[in-house]
Amino acid sequence: MGKRFWPWLWFLLGASYFLVPLYATFDFSLRARRGELTFAAYANVLRDIKFVESFSFSLQTALATIVVSALVIVPTAYWVQLRLPRLRPVVEFFTLLPFVVPAVVLVFSLARTYSRTPLTDSREGLWVLLVGSYVVLSFPYMYRAVDTGLRSINIHDLTEAAQSLGAGWPTILMRVIFPNVYVSLLSGAFITFAIVMGEFTIAALLAQPAFGPYMNLLASSKVYEPSALAIISFGLTWAAIAAIQWIGQGTQARLVGPR
Amino acid sequence: MALLTRAKTGQPFSGRRGVSWRWLGVVPFFAFVAAFLIWPTLSIIGQSFLDQQRNLTLQNILQLGQPFIVAAYVYSLQLSAVTALGGGLLGGLLAYAVTIGGLPRPLRSAVMSFSGVASNFAGVPLAFAFIATLGQLGIVTQWLRSVGVNLYPAFSLYSFWGLSIVYIYFQIPLMVLIMAPALEGMRREWREASESLGASTRQFWRYVGLPILLPSILGTMVLLFGNAFGAHATAFQLTGGGSQGNVVTILIGAQISSDALSNPGLGNALALGMIVIMGVTIGLYTWLQRRSARWLRS
Repeated sequence: MGKRFWPWLWFLLGASYFLVPLYATFDFSLRARRGELTFAAYANVLRDIKFVESFSFSLQTALATIVVSALVIVPTAYWVQLRLPRLRPVVEFFTLLPFVVPAVVLVFSLARTYSRTPLTDSREGLWVLLVGSYVVLSFPYMYRAVDTGLRSINIHDLTEAAQSLGAGWPTILMRVIFPNVYVSLLSGAFITFAIVMGEFTIAALLAQPAFGPYMNLLASSKVYEPSALAIISFGLTWAAIAAIQWIGQGTQARLVGPR
Repeated sequence: MALLTRAKTGQPFSGRRGVSWRWLGVVPFFAFVAAFLIWPTLSIIGQSFLDQQRNLTLQNILQLGQPFIVAAYVYSLQLSAVTALGGGLLGGLLAYAVTIGGLPRPLRSAVMSFSGVASNFAGVPLAFAFIATLGQLGIVTQWLRSVGVNLYPAFSLYSFWGLSIVYIYFQIPLMVLIMAPALEGMRREWREASESLGASTRQFWRYVGLPILLPSILGTMVLLFGNAFGAHATAFQLTGGGSQGNVVTILIGAQISSDALSNPGLGNALALGMIVIMGVTIGLYTWLQRRSARWLRS
């Protein structure tokens, strides 16, 4: 036995914990027809109109979340670094609060607090609540990403330069700051995308036709299709995380999404 | 806030108008957080001390003593503790193997990348993956049956241990992601210094390595605990999520849909209980992180 016996053992143990369920799911998803391996389960899923509808619903929700989150976080992080550095721990604290308030408690509180208001009485209102909660969930990732990005550029000089050329605040934000934190913003955006696309709890409890609740419902009527969906969903998460690492901000992928 | 701190430190107010308006820049952020997080949460906390006529009462809190609620809290706490320990142990050893364990470098980046994905792969699809693996018809279940080992009915994916195995799948990668940088923060000099003083590998870990890493390990395990405690979707998919749910998060979720039938105060108290436990957890994590920052460069 070499010196590396134990590390190899732990590695193989961990790797099999990670990979066996993925392999089994993939294998299972190919067994939709007796006696042959087939992608029929995938075809069934992709042909299902409800899959297309819920997927595009979640896609739109994810994009709306990313846009709103960026519009709130970038000016805030910029302003805090430029003019209110003492407020930074406070803002950071508030962005981390979603870890203290689990998704199910958040959606419960929102539903109770805004019951019998337009926010819960209409389809549009519920969607606003959905996007609002996702934006809150995205804050930890977005703020960290943008804050780090801002620290790597000299915002004081950039701001003064822009001001001396006669730019107002909107111009500085849109044409100087946004383009400069674009890459960090993207890494926050991809993690938000991965979270929103698979999110179940908030969407289901607000009765939204999202991808998460669709997956949940499918399991009650189908056997092989759910495993195909699990593989598709894993691929989606993998693509989002790969995109983050590809744009070179790998450390942003750290913390976790809603369970 | 800014005005207050400035006044306290005695610095002159800036700006030509004599009063600083710069705090206005963070109003959108705080308004958003207030509307979608703080106000709803505080109002739930407040309401859990009010009865339906809005009089002050402890009745809602006392109702948490009902056997099925206590059982759900105990179940959730046990599940979180077991998966934090299991995931922490496996994840810690894996992190050790790929960092200072001396395995080939590419394995480290492969494990780190995969952990980034797996820690975000949870909820409904993760439940599907384990049903396809260890469910009654699962691939591993069938394979074990073919070699003469019958998992069912002794084991069930929908039992406590089944749920634990599934949870550990998202606990391991979180442990790896946080512990790997901490392990790499261990300085080579410490090892060399203890070796030159005649310490064995065992002694190094017993008297130097573990004591330095302990706050970090405990802190991360506390985080894993909270991670499991707040989990809802995975358990919902596996257990069906009726009002008879065994996990606290499922009980709370069920309170939303059955609003008219049940006592609204009870739902508020259930949520309050979760917030308190999560608050303590995150507080403990922060404290332990601060302690570990003393030694580690991570």
